[in-house]
Amino acid sequence: METVTEETQTKATISNTSVLEINALESEAIYIFREVVAQFENPVLLFSGGKDSITLVRLAQKAFFPAKIPFPLMHIDTGHNFPETIAFRDKLVKELGVELIVRNVQDSINEGKVVEETGKYASRNMLQTTTLLDAIEEFKFDACIGGARRDEEKARAKERIFSVRDDFGQWDEKNQRPELFDLLNGEIELGQNVRVFPISNWTELDVWSYIEKERIEIPSIYFAHQRNIFVRDGLIWSADDEVVFRAEDELVEEKTVRFRTVGDMSCTAAVLSTADTIEKVVSEIRDSKISERGARIDDKRSEAAMEKRKQQGYF
Amino acid sequence: MEVLKIATAGSVDDGKSTLIGRLLYDTKSLTDDKVEAIRKSSEQRGYDYLDFSFATDGLVAEREQGITIDVAHIYFSTLKKSYIIADTPGHVEYTRNMVTGASTSQVAIILIDARKGVIEQTYRHFFINNLLRVKDIIVAVNKMDLVDYSEEVFNDIKSDFEALNAVSTYAEQQLTYIPVSALKGDNIVEKTDAMPWYDGDTILGHLEQLEVSDVQDGGQTRFAVQNVIRPKTEEYHDFRGFAGKIKGGKLKVGDKITVLPSLTQSKVKEIYFFDKTYQEAAAGSSVVITLEDEINITRGDMLVKSDELPKIEKQIEATVCWMDNKQLQPGAKYLIQHNTNKVLSKIDGVKHVISTQYGSHQDANNKLALNEIGSVSIKLSKPIFYDSYQDNKANGSFILIDPQTNATAGVGFID
Repeated sequence: METVTEETQTKATISNTSVLEINALESEAIYIFREVVAQFENPVLLFSGGKDSITLVRLAQKAFFPAKIPFPLMHIDTGHNFPETIAFRDKLVKELGVELIVRNVQDSINEGKVVEETGKYASRNMLQTTTLLDAIEEFKFDACIGGARRDEEKARAKERIFSVRDDFGQWDEKNQRPELFDLLNGEIELGQNVRVFPISNWTELDVWSYIEKERIEIPSIYFAHQRNIFVRDGLIWSADDEVVFRAEDELVEEKTVRFRTVGDMSCTAAVLSTADTIEKVVSEIRDSKISERGARIDDKRSEAAMEKRKQQGYF
Repeated sequence: MEVLKIATAGSVDDGKSTLIGRLLYDTKSLTDDKVEAIRKSSEQRGYDYLDFSFATDGLVAEREQGITIDVAHIYFSTLKKSYIIADTPGHVEYTRNMVTGASTSQVAIILIDARKGVIEQTYRHFFINNLLRVKDIIVAVNKMDLVDYSEEVFNDIKSDFEALNAVSTYAEQQLTYIPVSALKGDNIVEKTDAMPWYDGDTILGHLEQLEVSDVQDGGQTRFAVQNVIRPKTEEYHDFRGFAGKIKGGKLKVGDKITVLPSLTQSKVKEIYFFDKTYQEAAAGSSVVITLEDEINITRGDMLVKSDELPKIEKQIEATVCWMDNKQLQPGAKYLIQHNTNKVLSKIDGVKHVISTQYGSHQDANNKLALNEIGSVSIKLSKPIFYDSYQDNKANGSFILIDPQTNATAGVGFID
């Protein structure tokens, strides 16, 4: 797989074809990135190390080339990330020469702002919100760019591209600004911030196809590999890492698996798969009978789980 | 892959959710876990069928009340195209949501209950899609199974609808009539045997053969500058590029261009897209352009071809759809966002309110209330460079922002 090198980032070459081919979704995302930089003073890209935020980084590069990405990346680190994701993150940031801000959920726990969940289904996914809101206040970010997509979940299907949040980070889902044509209204009051979703209109398959076409490097856990796992409630959990709670009667076995989404380890389940190349992953997604968030335990808490989290400031 | 954007509007009773559900289900776009979730929700509410509105009505308040309140976006794809449906509510109090959905769509599906025929809501849907110049309209006559698949009923509805079309101000609009039963799946994705008298396409069949065009394409080339790109690196020490999206036509290296508002002239030197340069780029492309001459250009300026100048005025007349609880009144000040330009403006007058009810026309009134559409004169603090909405959608539309609340208070289409 090709890596984005210093060379390709800074020197333009003449294209082999003289007419630019349009990718409507890519063009729309680039347009949105440019509106963010024009309309806000202090934007930040929320980077999780997952495929969606990696795709955002590539789109941001494209939007401002030959200039560097004109905003920092911020990772809200739950402390329960897959080690491969963190290594990948650090390498990418170094290659791009952009600033990386990391804020830790562990610090929020230590400061007593949030309490760690316990038990079988404990996850730090919910706790991220507090750390995120604190970081937004600390750095006075007025726009936070995220990789959420409308096809992921039905509350997200209602989300705007510029989504206004109040001082408490809350999403007022019943009072959203209409978004007409491609006119994005970024006017806000002091203390408010906007969550921006440039790949709102992409589907999971669009993202994977783009990664394939652009040869974008992604963390190895997205590809099939051998892993010690255990099965609970029909979902496959990693047994290699201590942060996932495992009861004594939950048996460990070795299987060939991959991860379809990469979030906090404690809420991200693996899928059985032999797709070890990007081409195989794309065709697996194309034929999939289960949705992407089917392997996310955080959405299974209730029918309105996502809507509730968003009202509290989750991205 | 090509992306086709579709708007649907309607209320629960006319089978809109069932139709969307059918499209998703019969194109195998619903994964097993989603079908399972819909089955569970439907059972909990005591239904003996799958209620697909649980898949589209994403908010708790919508599911509680059984109505669509806000625009939802639904995605599915075939081997040929990707589809995005902007699903909006259909009642008069949601006119603004319908306008929002129509603003980004190339196709609108207008649903008619075969038992009820053309009703007030049908007229409103049609009027809005006509006003916004949505190119392709599919008139889906639904619940044909409840009228014995009668050709006569279908033809009567068709001629009633044709009568509505007499008010059309958009002659190129394509109307396609399809008799369907969303519940039974007739003519949605699969062709039915129940209506041998109908020899046209199914809804999906029709969508599959439509040629996709950028909703904002059409008209002369307009390039509104979003940002000025100045890398200040060694390789690009003197680089000054202008980032924006080409709307209408195309740009080529060597094209003679005029910069607005300064009216300075130059030529296109290079067209960048990421790390490559091209000779030509068409409408819909987000590119970076450099010019032969050093000209002072900032965000909000516009590059156009020198022989295709738009109008440059401080006074505009527009059809406005009002979206705010606070009424639009003469003398009120709003920020106009037109392309990448933001200009303070003052409402000169509301000439009349256009009725979205069939049969009545206009009321003289000096105000526009929420969800009303009217003809408005606006005075601007500095000139904008515009076309009529009819000639160029992107350069003929704007939003009005309330400077006190920052709300998007209305949308306008310039006459």
